[in-house]
Amino acid sequence: MQLPDNLKYTETHEWVRREADGTVTVGITDHAQEQLGDVVFVDMPAAGRVLKKGEEAGVIESVKAAADIYAPVSGEIIDSNAALADAPEKINQAPYETWLFKIKPQDAGEVQNLLDAAGYRKVADADQH
Amino acid sequence: MTAALKTTALNKVHRELGARMVPFAGWDMPLHYGSQLREHERTRAVAAMFDVSHMLVLDITGDDARAFLRMLLANDVAKLDADGSALYSCMLNDDGGVLDDLIVYAVRPGFFRAVVNAGTADGDLAWMTAQRNARGYACELRPRRDLAMIAVQGPRARDLAHAACPATRVAENIARFHAAGDEALWVARTGYTGEDGYEVMLPAGDAERWWRALLAAGVTPAGLGARDTLRLEAGMNLYGQDMDVDHTPYEAGLGWTVVMDAQRDFIGKRALASREPRYDFLGILLTDKGVMRAHQTVRTARGAGELTSGGFGPTLNASIGLARVPRGVSPGDAVDVEVRDRALHAQVVRPPFVRNGRVLVHA
Repeated sequence: MQLPDNLKYTETHEWVRREADGTVTVGITDHAQEQLGDVVFVDMPAAGRVLKKGEEAGVIESVKAAADIYAPVSGEIIDSNAALADAPEKINQAPYETWLFKIKPQDAGEVQNLLDAAGYRKVADADQH
Repeated sequence: MTAALKTTALNKVHRELGARMVPFAGWDMPLHYGSQLREHERTRAVAAMFDVSHMLVLDITGDDARAFLRMLLANDVAKLDADGSALYSCMLNDDGGVLDDLIVYAVRPGFFRAVVNAGTADGDLAWMTAQRNARGYACELRPRRDLAMIAVQGPRARDLAHAACPATRVAENIARFHAAGDEALWVARTGYTGEDGYEVMLPAGDAERWWRALLAAGVTPAGLGARDTLRLEAGMNLYGQDMDVDHTPYEAGLGWTVVMDAQRDFIGKRALASREPRYDFLGILLTDKGVMRAHQTVRTARGAGELTSGGFGPTLNASIGLARVPRGVSPGDAVDVEVRDRALHAQVVRPPFVRNGRVLVHA
């Protein structure tokens, strides 16, 4: 299982990358895409939407099941990845290079408190289905 | 305490090929070998192979074999006019409910072969044995767990099978929905994908060698994930989902497999004749973006129905399903499907959605 050290993670299998401008970019982990199987459809939040940490942000539909994607931190959605409409399979092929949406965080503390790679590894190992 | 999963003769080779294994009907089976979308596409474009050894091959032999099957099955084996012809049928209980769906082949006079679903195999054998005994038919029922079964499906499936496994040439000139060979090697031109190809019943000890030969010839291994998307596109029912013991064949789109005539009695006939079907059974094509799933509600002008199967059809690049709907709902009707919390637009269509690689339905 791929698990980059420079990213933060959530218990709900999102990865989070802190950008230089203070925004965060969000995707799903290698573990998550493997559990899901081939992704066929993605429904991500519109720019301008304001979400609380842990709130449902969007849905990823795979051949097997639908998976909710959650806002890892509270904030406003800046953008979501339009390329996913035509090539949802990129999430399976390159989970850490395929972003889902970007947030402008309200609270820097929430970003700090996300899991690091070691913390997420425990979550992933416990999650087998 | 749960029993260990059963394994087919190909279990080791699936794992060697990197299959993601899952439990299915008590068996340890390959879900996919990396990407079920890719396996689906390869099946429609070239050829793929499926280990279907979990299904049960059951031989029915003896003087009363034919008479027994004419009583047991809703379709009529009298239609099997020559060695090698095949018949798709439901097996019903006394209430007309579907116990299983199966294919039965005429191997030679007094020798029939049935292939039944893995999940219902034990129950089917028990039911058939009880009916034979109660009704006094002189025939033997032999489960053939000494055989494995490999399905090779796709436009190039037969050519590649002939090249890789020349023994399949025994079926070179047969028509679709027929079979050739003998009880030790039975090559049937049948399948569960809507493509041409074979389902080969062969000694379990030969299965690995055949699988590797087909692999070397360019046939793509495919698992249960692709098997399900292919059969759904082909408009083929899945027992336990599209029909079950609580529904008659007419309520599952399988009225065409029932033969009612004055001269033949069969188990469930009386019930079918006296029960009005409560539902029609049709296909659903989602026109909004999203993916439908089994058990979601379908809102029609005539009331609510329910998806029995739902998913994504890769060849159509759209979500499709099969549904029980109120009587009178027709192909072309606009409906809504309750997907998660939203009402998505869909259209009623007559299955199949895809046959021989060609998309047949359009929004």
